[in-house]
This record gives sequence, C-alpha cells and structure tokens, in this order.
Amino acid sequence: MTDVLVESLYVVSAMLFVLSLKFMAEVRTSRLGNLCGVSGMAVAIGATLMAYQSQNTSLLVGAVVIGAVVGSPIGLKVAMTAVPQRTAMSHAFGSLAVALVGAAEYYRSAPGIDPVTLSVLSGEMVLGFLTFTGSCIAFAKLQGLISGRPILYRGRMYVSLGTLGVAVASGAYLVANPSQEWALLIVAAAALVFGFLLVIAIGGADMPTVIAILNSFAGISAAALGFVLDNRLLIVAGTLDGSSGLILGIIMSKAMNRSFTNILFGGVGAVIASEAGAGAKVAQTYTPDDVATVLRDARSVIVVPGYGMAVAQAQHAVKELADAMQARGIDVKYGIHPVAGRMPGHMNVLLAEAQVPYDQLWEMDKVNPLFPGTDVAIVVGANDVTNPAARTRAESPLYGMPILDVDKARTVVFVKRSMGPGFSGVDNDLFYLPNTMMVLGDAKRVLTDLLAALRNLRD
Amino acid sequence: MTAISSADLVTNLLIFLLATVLGQELIRHVSRLLHTPLMALTNAISSVSFIAALIVLAEPGSEDVQLLAAVAVALAATNIVSGFLLTDRILRMFRKRKPEK
Repeated sequence: MTDVLVESLYVVSAMLFVLSLKFMAEVRTSRLGNLCGVSGMAVAIGATLMAYQSQNTSLLVGAVVIGAVVGSPIGLKVAMTAVPQRTAMSHAFGSLAVALVGAAEYYRSAPGIDPVTLSVLSGEMVLGFLTFTGSCIAFAKLQGLISGRPILYRGRMYVSLGTLGVAVASGAYLVANPSQEWALLIVAAAALVFGFLLVIAIGGADMPTVIAILNSFAGISAAALGFVLDNRLLIVAGTLDGSSGLILGIIMSKAMNRSFTNILFGGVGAVIASEAGAGAKVAQTYTPDDVATVLRDARSVIVVPGYGMAVAQAQHAVKELADAMQARGIDVKYGIHPVAGRMPGHMNVLLAEAQVPYDQLWEMDKVNPLFPGTDVAIVVGANDVTNPAARTRAESPLYGMPILDVDKARTVVFVKRSMGPGFSGVDNDLFYLPNTMMVLGDAKRVLTDLLAALRNLRD
Repeated sequence: MTAISSADLVTNLLIFLLATVLGQELIRHVSRLLHTPLMALTNAISSVSFIAALIVLAEPGSEDVQLLAAVAVALAATNIVSGFLLTDRILRMFRKRKPEK
C-alpha cells in the first residue's frame, strides 16, 4: 500500500531533479535550481525512510553523521581554486558508494540473482570501481600530490585494455557462475587497477575532459545500480548526471579538437617538442611600467585568463586592475576559453569569486570577433589556448584547436611565469610577434605592479 | 526476490532512454558560465544512490553487507551535503554589473 505512495514521491523527486537542471540554464534562476535539487533529495530520502526501516539504526545514523561532518566543511570552505580537486573527489565518493551498494546487493542475494541483473551489476561495479581509482588519481594530480605530467610507458594501451578485459571476463564468468564469490573480487580488483592506469597516463591540461568523462561514468554507474535494484528514481538521477558529464566532455574535447580516445590514450603533454630554429627567435620582454604606458591610450581591453591565474591566485589582482582600467574609461571584457583551467567553467567561477560581474565574461565564439578592434589583450596564465599555431601550422599538435584570437588585438600583453612552453609542450608563436609584450613573473605580482604603474601614470 | 521481470526491464530501459534525451536537452541549455556549479549539482543529485544504500540497510543481511551499505551511506551523504552547499556558494558569487557604473 505504501509502495504506491513511495513510488509517487519518487516521481515528484525525479521531477524536481529535472526542474533543477532546467533552472540551471541561466544565472538568474540557478539558485532556484539548486533549491529544487535539495527538495528532490529531501523528498527521496523522506519517502525511503518512511518505507524502509533500517535493521541497524545506530549504524545508519553514524554513517549519516560522518557524511555530514565531512561534507559540510568541504561544501562551505573549499577554496574556489580547489574546486576541480573537490569535484574529482566527489566523483570518487559517488562511484565508490555505487560500487559498494552493488557489492552489498550481490552478497545479500548472490546465488538466487538472475543473469540479466547480475550482468548489469557486474558492469556497474566495473564502472564504479574504475571511476573511483581514476578520480582518486585525478584528485592527486590536481592537488599536486603527484606530477601533472602523464606517466607513460611502452604498450600502456595494451596493458590498460588487458586489465579492463580481465575485469569484463571475470564479470562474465560471475554471471555464468553466480555463486563464485571470488570472481567478484577479481572484477573489483581489475577495475580498480584499470582506473588507475587510465588516468595516470593523462596530462594535467586534459583534466577538464577527464573530469567530465569521470562525471559521466559516475552517473552511468548510478543509473546501472538503479536497474539492479529496480529503482527508477536512481535510473533518472544517474542518467541526468551521466548526460551532463557526457555533454561537458564533448564540449571540452571539441574545444581541444581531440577525440575521447586521443585524450584517454594519447598521452599528450609528456614530450617537450623543441622546434628547429627556436633559438633564432627572440621574445621582447617588458616591465609593468612599459605596459602601463600602452594602457594609457587604450580604449578597450580583453583579459584572457588561464590556469596560471588560478595557480598564482591572481583573480583578485585581475579584478583590481580591471577596476582601475575601467576608472580610466577603458572597456574591459574577459575572454574565456572552454578548456582554460582544470575543469569546465573553472575561470568563470574564479572571476565570479573576485566579484567580476558575469556579463563581462565572454565565451570564445562571442569574443573572438572583437579582438581585431581591441587595443590590448592581456593574457594571464593562459598559453596553448592562445597559440596561433593552432590556425596556421599543420604540423603542430595544437593544429585545428579553436583558440582565442588574441594575436589580432593591436597589442598583446602576455603575463607568464617563465619562457617555458605550455602543457602541450609546444612553443607559442605569439611570444615572438612584434605586437607582443612579454612580461615575465608571478601573475599576481606582475598585475599588482602593473596596477601601481597605472595609478602613477601622469596624463 | 531481486528477479526482475522482462516487462520491468523494458520499462526501465524506456525510462533510461527518455532520461538520456531529456538530460542532453537540459544540459545543452545550461549557460557555460555555470558548468562548474552544474557539476557540483549533478554530482549531488546522482548521490541519490544514498536511498539505494538505505534500502539495502533495511533488508536483512549479514554484517558485511550492512557495513558495505553503511560506508556507501557515509560517502553518498558527504557528496549530498558538500555538493548542494558548494553549488549554492558558487551561485551566490555570480553577480551582474552594478547599474550605477
């Protein structure tokens, strides 16, 4: 009898989740979207508690308390620069939770489980466990616990795919012999190793795509668990999450002009390609004072932020400089490349944190036509996403990648820590253009000096 | 007991496919400004796997099963709490330009 009520409440919850994503379409309604998400979750949990009494209340309460105690400080305190790592961690937690529930469900009903359910269960566990270790490695790379460079060795693709093959084969064996519990352990172990191997071979600059793909995996494994438990709410919520990760992954890989296969197995970022004759080219370096004199006569500026801005925590310095420029009557916009930073939307969040109004944040496609009419483009900690080689040099690994056309601005100010290449390992032609002013140093300090120089200008 | 009838399976597949199409449409329309909070939000939403762990906890099972489910509850609860809190914190930061400027 209560079944109908519970199922109806699950429908309400699913509806709220759908509305939640609908309201995320624009900033104006986005907080309402989050509220819908919270309400949907509350309805789902309330309905479940009503229908299912836990066999072990103290265990349940203890687990929830741990979750709340760990989760609240993460949600309330994590720095905006650390959001990519926390996102990787949340994918690890979510996928592990799903994999563990799958394992629990197997042990609870092992011999009597039907083959279809068991095959979905095996698949769900493979996906869940590989996403867990993959996300842990992504977390370690983003947090700087291990090098962001890809770790590569000969034949890695065969080793990785072989491991995945072991996981799938053991899963198939388990389906044929449901009582062989050891096969489940092999499935789990092989999937865990595969996730590790997969992400350890991927470079830091590919993290936006990798995080999106792991997001998709986490969602799909949750949906698969919904199939196993015949829980439709879980199918809907997991699928929505999986769709989101997939779309974001597609946007990211398009913005890098690379396929998923190339990102997952390409190992880009390991080799430093030193181009022939690079020694002949000399980049002109300038001081913040030189830049200030250029800004004196500027009417329009586009700021192009990248991961270096996040590393240097320079978003507030960027905003202060922008305020000072606006006070001088300069029109300031920000040009945001989709893969700038370490996760989708990373730059927008950092600049929003620095109280940059979001109507100044321009997407790549909309800002590119504006560069030819712009006096100064200021590149802060971005590199590959501005490299004109992507347009002109067919032999470059970046060729074909959509870039921000900063070279078309009258003057390009390039704030950079050193003359080293970007994550792709490719030299940037932009450094050597006659209209480029290289300013070397920590982004935050350079911008602060530039701000001081701008304020000291005598008109 | 966990045997799923083929009719249920087909219904679930239908739901899965419809949710996929709907999800693609919804996400395509999300502003690029909001992709980071979107990830935090969808992650919290998919942690509705919390209820799956609750259901397993409610069924009679060995201690090991209970323990696995309890760990899953803690993990999912962490994601739910941190995900929604973080989403709101990020969304509150997005502001329009002050009109007087």
